[in-house]
Amino acid sequence: MTAPPGAAVRTAGLQKTYPASGPRPAVPAVQGIDLDVPRGEFFGLLGPNGAGKSTTIGMLTTLVVPTGGTAHVCGLDVVRDAVEIKRRIGVVSQNNTLDSDLTVAENLEFRGRFFGLGAREARKRADELLELFGLGDTRGGNPFEISGGQAKRVMICRALVHGPEVLFLDEPTAGLDPQTRTNLWEVLRELQASGQTILLTTHYMEEAEALCDRVAVVDHGKILASGTVDQLKGTAGADTVITVAYDAPPPDRIHALADRTGISKVEINGGQVRVFATEPDGLLGELVALGAAEGVGVTDASQLRPSLETVFLTLTGRDYRE
Amino acid sequence: MTAPVLAPPPPARATLPRTFAAMMAREARVMRKNFLSTFVRVLVQPVMFVFVFAYVLPKLGGGAMAGGPGGPTFSTILVPGLVGSSIIMQAMMAVIFPLMMELNWQKSITDRALAPVPIPLLAVQKILAAALQGLIGGLLVFPAVLFIHADGQAPEVHVANWPVLIVVMLAGSLLAAAGGLLLGTLLNPQKVQVLFAIVLLPMTMLGCVYYPWSALEDIRWLQIVSLFNPLVYISEGLRAALTPDIPHMPAWAFLLAVLGGTVLLTWAATRTFTKRVLT
Repeated sequence: MTAPPGAAVRTAGLQKTYPASGPRPAVPAVQGIDLDVPRGEFFGLLGPNGAGKSTTIGMLTTLVVPTGGTAHVCGLDVVRDAVEIKRRIGVVSQNNTLDSDLTVAENLEFRGRFFGLGAREARKRADELLELFGLGDTRGGNPFEISGGQAKRVMICRALVHGPEVLFLDEPTAGLDPQTRTNLWEVLRELQASGQTILLTTHYMEEAEALCDRVAVVDHGKILASGTVDQLKGTAGADTVITVAYDAPPPDRIHALADRTGISKVEINGGQVRVFATEPDGLLGELVALGAAEGVGVTDASQLRPSLETVFLTLTGRDYRE
Repeated sequence: MTAPVLAPPPPARATLPRTFAAMMAREARVMRKNFLSTFVRVLVQPVMFVFVFAYVLPKLGGGAMAGGPGGPTFSTILVPGLVGSSIIMQAMMAVIFPLMMELNWQKSITDRALAPVPIPLLAVQKILAAALQGLIGGLLVFPAVLFIHADGQAPEVHVANWPVLIVVMLAGSLLAAAGGLLLGTLLNPQKVQVLFAIVLLPMTMLGCVYYPWSALEDIRWLQIVSLFNPLVYISEGLRAALTPDIPHMPAWAFLLAVLGGTVLLTWAATRTFTKRVLT
């Protein structure tokens, strides 16, 4: 695939506020997002549910109208050149949006025709894609009578029918079993290896780590940090995070830990203590012992190695899944 | 899993007309697949109606419902009315049911909107596709109402004015489809049942299907209220074209209503649809 020059996706100060409706106040879903995704890159928007990822994808795919900032896809403006952008992108939505009035193969065939292929070309292209993705057996089936993993692969095929310049995937593996998820990752890796630009959203840390060249961590409609997974771990989350919940106010001597080398930060919140450490060996045991020395018991304890999850914890000060 | 080494697609020539034609081709494929179930559903009501009123009741001796001896048979009154109400019912259902699915279930409307056309054109495509189904529904009713009747109860129908017939059938289908899209985009999807109960049923019962509009002279208020019912103009227009001897509205009145209504409702439905799809 010859990639024309220029960024695949570029946004500046992109915003979306949904207007107030009835008793519900206005929702600032996206509050100024800057993205720069070069062609050929596998880029991930990572964040918890409700962070504004889907709204961002909605704006990039022209179906959500921005209320501020600019967004360009393949050098085209998402508001002014919406139709031309739609010709150049493929989108895999979170839900199964296959056409239930058509068979699996017809879904691909008509999608090809919508994008300008002739009827015979479109049928041939549909068959090729289904074979390639191991979906040959499903071709005559109803798209709602195949498995969730198969349906997702059919949707990816459908998004690829017209050879899009950028492929958008919104939470591609949400709700899939682990085996199916790894299979799908394999498919996406192969696609990127063939030169496909991919932008995906996910709330699975391990998915972003496994697939993406670069990741932007999003929360509350803002980008908290972005870079390669290694960069993120290096700058924001090089620490192992140890969390201990005491059954009483934590022992005073814990405050002193913050000054020790190898410990970057200690956060105390009620009975819960969180220690960010570059040298975590033995620390968990020490925290338990400190409590025991003052007669304070431990009700819960955990230790997270440096990962996108600790990056998130460091950036937001709260658990990813809270 | 085998590695997907994806060949580039054949060069696509996606122009608006080609995309639009492909979208209509999709409708045609679906219509062909569902032809029997869709149109049997449309036909049952008018067929049962003419069966009871043009066959069973006359056989029972109760056939003097419309006009005495020498007057028009009830079936003559019914032909334009039942064709008109089939057009309306079929076109509205053809647009509303799929739309409710797309807006609610899996939010698949966001996917349909990714087809490379401006969103208002997608609305126009939905109207055209549904109008086509309305037209087919109306045409299919003809044989049923022409041939089901007791001896001596045959409808006296001949095409007196082809241009009026064609304009009213085409514009009537578009009018109903546009109205359906407007209601479908304005209504809360949970209220569709209500729509059928309080909009479609009264509209067909009071749409001058079973009597000509002029016969309402004795119930003046109903005659005036009926003027707000688009089906009235389709029924009356078809009467002018098919049974000119039965009193009917003047051509300017029903043509203005049907054509003007089509333009107005298409404009309004396109706007509400676009608002609903683009957030």
